[in-house]
Amino acid sequence: MPLGPAINGAARRVPVWAVWIAGLAPAAWLFWQAATGGLGVEPVEALEHRLGELALQLLIAGLAVTPLRRHLGVNLMRFRRALGLLAFTYVCLHLAVWLLLDVQTLARVWEDVLKRPYITVGMAGFLLLIPLAVTSNDWSVRRLGSRWRRLHRLSYLAAVLGGLHFLLLAKGFQLEPLLYAGAILGLLALRLRLPRRQAA
Amino acid sequence: GAGIATLAGRGRAAEALEPNTWEEITTYNNFYEFGTDKTDPARHAGAMTIAPWSVRIDGLVDRPADYALEDILSRMTIEERIYRFRCVEAWSRVVPWNGFELADLLEMAGVQSGARYVAFETYLNRDEMPGVRFPVLDWPYVEGLRLDEAMHPLTIMATGIYGRDLPKQNGAPLRLVVPWKYGFKSIKSVVRITLTAEQPPTSWNKANPREYGFYSNVNPEVDHPRWSQATERRIGAGLFARREPTQMFNGYAEEVAGLYEGMDLTKFY
Repeated sequence: MPLGPAINGAARRVPVWAVWIAGLAPAAWLFWQAATGGLGVEPVEALEHRLGELALQLLIAGLAVTPLRRHLGVNLMRFRRALGLLAFTYVCLHLAVWLLLDVQTLARVWEDVLKRPYITVGMAGFLLLIPLAVTSNDWSVRRLGSRWRRLHRLSYLAAVLGGLHFLLLAKGFQLEPLLYAGAILGLLALRLRLPRRQAA
Repeated sequence: GAGIATLAGRGRAAEALEPNTWEEITTYNNFYEFGTDKTDPARHAGAMTIAPWSVRIDGLVDRPADYALEDILSRMTIEERIYRFRCVEAWSRVVPWNGFELADLLEMAGVQSGARYVAFETYLNRDEMPGVRFPVLDWPYVEGLRLDEAMHPLTIMATGIYGRDLPKQNGAPLRLVVPWKYGFKSIKSVVRITLTAEQPPTSWNKANPREYGFYSNVNPEVDHPRWSQATERRIGAGLFARREPTQMFNGYAEEVAGLYEGMDLTKFY
């Protein structure tokens, strides 16, 4: 049996709110754990890193929706907005933990944004996501028409900046940030090849 | 008793130190041979063989040899040293080490007059260390000190914490502790000590010379290129704790600042 229709059939029965609940549950769990000792003896760093990783994973999931449909016939389009907004939520939480619990001083936050390339890059990625979150409602989609699709291609750049942010902050030569960057670039590359296939 | 007496002679910095708990010291570690997550060493270091253990002491010494750990320990005086530990990643804690002065070990081997530096090497076993499958660093891990830093009375080889054997994730059975330098200088699970005339290569300096210098003295005024070193987060202080100011030479300036007189610490970072 082809995989696509089977998954599509199952996915049709999943309400979008369930994706929201499943998506937000890890955040609630992480904050609870951080407050009660479940994240170990340095909860701030653990919380900050886990939230950042989840944001990247959700960005990647959002980027995977279109290639999954085009290349494997798996249609998860209904969940794409939720995935995108969840990714934005996690970026905001990651940023809030960094700002309020980690760095703590606004002057140092600003200094870091200006002086540390990995933070500059991460902050740029966050800023790019703001117009996308703001225009994620039905009214904006209708109102912007074809411009909406063009605007939301900013998510490609935001994901690349997110992956770069992770690469730049790793100490030594580490595998994990490379895997994330590879996934992001791979999902974008699948889009690049598309016009040729259509032409053939 | 002996430990406290020793500390009193080691300056004001040590007096008010409140050690972190055993859990705080042994569950949050950097030992990249076992993985890059802070919890990896506690999870994976159990596989490391630490007995029998010997340390090769060679280079510019009168008595180069493979010294069995028991022989070393039988000739050293173990004392307690409660030191601040400041990681280059801007976290810190206080550790009640047990150990002996490195100077005593070097004198046992007989330092020759031409020696100016001390090179150290960590144990490496691909079957026991899952982290070395990926070239995070150029294995084995190596570190180095100038001879006067190595001979300084604050510089110790640790064999325990809280009077118990050193846990493997903390660098069992024998590790260096240099309290005024960033933690990565305090090389773990030492198998070789070589006295040299030239400054030896060090792992993090090889990996990223712009970010990690040979000296790596704790210095709130010289930032790591990717983060400020002006403040630090105290391990175990909890989710809402304020950052604390980092002290020059990690609070040991009175004892060690003289070693670097006349040196530009922004250049020799």
